[in-house]
Amino acid sequence: MKKLFLYTFLAITSIITLIPFIWMISASFMPDGKASVYPPVFFPTEFLLDQYVHLLTRLSVARSFLNSIILSTMVTFFSLFFNSMAGYAFAKYRFAGKSKLFNLLLVNMIVPSQVTMLPLFLMLKSVGLINTYFAILVTGLANIFGIFLIRQHCMAIPDSLIEAAKMDGATDFQVYRKIILPLAVPVLVTLGIITFLGTWNDFLWPLIALTDDSMYTLPVALSSLMLEHTKDPELMMAGSVITIIPVIIVFLVLQRYYIKGIMMGSVKE
Amino acid sequence: MKDSYSFSSRAAYFFLAPAVIAILIFFFIPVIAAFIMSFTDFDIYAFGSLDTVRFIGFRNYIQLFEDPLFWQSLQNTVYYVVLATPLAIGISLGAAILLNTKLIKYKGFFRLSYFIPYITTLVAVAIVWRFIYHPKFGILNYFLGLFGVNPIDWLGNPTLAMPAIVIMSVWKTFGYNMIIFLAGLQNIPEDLYEAASLEGANEWQKFKAITIPMLAPTTLFVSIITIVGYFQLFAEPYIMTQGGPLNKTLSIVGYMYQEGFRWWNMGYSASISFVLFFIILIVTVIQFKLQKNRLA
Repeated sequence: MKKLFLYTFLAITSIITLIPFIWMISASFMPDGKASVYPPVFFPTEFLLDQYVHLLTRLSVARSFLNSIILSTMVTFFSLFFNSMAGYAFAKYRFAGKSKLFNLLLVNMIVPSQVTMLPLFLMLKSVGLINTYFAILVTGLANIFGIFLIRQHCMAIPDSLIEAAKMDGATDFQVYRKIILPLAVPVLVTLGIITFLGTWNDFLWPLIALTDDSMYTLPVALSSLMLEHTKDPELMMAGSVITIIPVIIVFLVLQRYYIKGIMMGSVKE
Repeated sequence: MKDSYSFSSRAAYFFLAPAVIAILIFFFIPVIAAFIMSFTDFDIYAFGSLDTVRFIGFRNYIQLFEDPLFWQSLQNTVYYVVLATPLAIGISLGAAILLNTKLIKYKGFFRLSYFIPYITTLVAVAIVWRFIYHPKFGILNYFLGLFGVNPIDWLGNPTLAMPAIVIMSVWKTFGYNMIIFLAGLQNIPEDLYEAASLEGANEWQKFKAITIPMLAPTTLFVSIITIVGYFQLFAEPYIMTQGGPLNKTLSIVGYMYQEGFRWWNMGYSASISFVLFFIILIVTVIQFKLQKNRLA
């Protein structure tokens, strides 16, 4: 009896949580006006791709999709590369100023990124880099949370492994490339998916830094579409589906790593 | 002999340089620059010539104190945080406890459906919710109508717009807290509950005497993360209400964006961003204090 109650409760709350997505997907397959009726229609009578075709051909959403893919991939690649080198150095090297530098970085974590945006905009504008991929890339090149996560992981790698490789004549970079990186794959996947999704979903900075619709990422493109299409839920839902579905696919495939990342983040003290 | 394979510091600097330089140029320096800017009258004329920029001391901050729109945005944001934080924490703790019981199977599925909103794109789901809240055709009013509730103009009503945004935010973020609570619950030793059962404690007593105190560090962490995140409210009102109606959903970051990037009052905008920073700093310091007290 208690069990039945629990299952019913969980099932109902799960459905309530998912209803916005179900409605979003349904409405995106409807013809114009079909999602603006009372009572609402929850399932389309036929699955039409009109809204998607319209978005991808007449409006520049295909271009925004490409921008989002390119930027999220670039940011993920560079930040993994930079963060892993720095994290490794903090875990395994002794050098002057180490703990000072590390603490300085940690203290920076509490500064909200919005504070940097005005000067960053002016800096990039003065060198003509506003409205370029570069403007988005620079803010994601390295991040303190990533360095911290990789440092924690690298500290568990035994020194003897590194020393043995050095005795065999490996350079410092070879050690990093051939020993550290392969051993760090799980944490790199975790950090990679967090970075990819974070860049894909980011809104405020791309809204500021990308000024031309050919450069827009999907969230910025959607927000600008919304200004002209407040009465076209079918079209906007198709846009939301295009934006959300890749995120859900990436997450479903790498779920395990993502959840682990959240838990690692929560034990930092 | 020893030195030949010890870890040289030159290599360390080589590994650190790309990340540290990137953070220095694209984060650290902008923070300092923003701080300096907040004491200047940097505005649209400065784009023509930097000579027009003057240091004006604390005038931006003094002006903020006298600016009704700023107080409105601060009040709105605090209202949002105060309303959304307990809801988000309560619901996520409840969900975590339910999913932690040994009675049920298919936990993975339920956990996934609660968590999915968190990973999805905020702008896209804010658009979805804007239509869900539609007074005439929205599905929320339809469902409420089944229970005899008259149609509500959620986003058009000055008193309801912010609570509507709160509901959406809680829906979007509670899955994240739930995961952290689940991890916390799994760390509570099983024998504590067994011992309590032997002494005849009921579920509610066990919850109060074991779960709540054992989860205290987790709850503290979750609260801080949630509060700090919620203070940065921006995209939801930007998409759903544009700060309206009657500026009742204008947030601190929304006001900063408006002043800085719509009217180009960048000095003034910088001072708003530092007020946000200051609030987040206070919240974080309180966390550290509480943590220390617990250890002492």
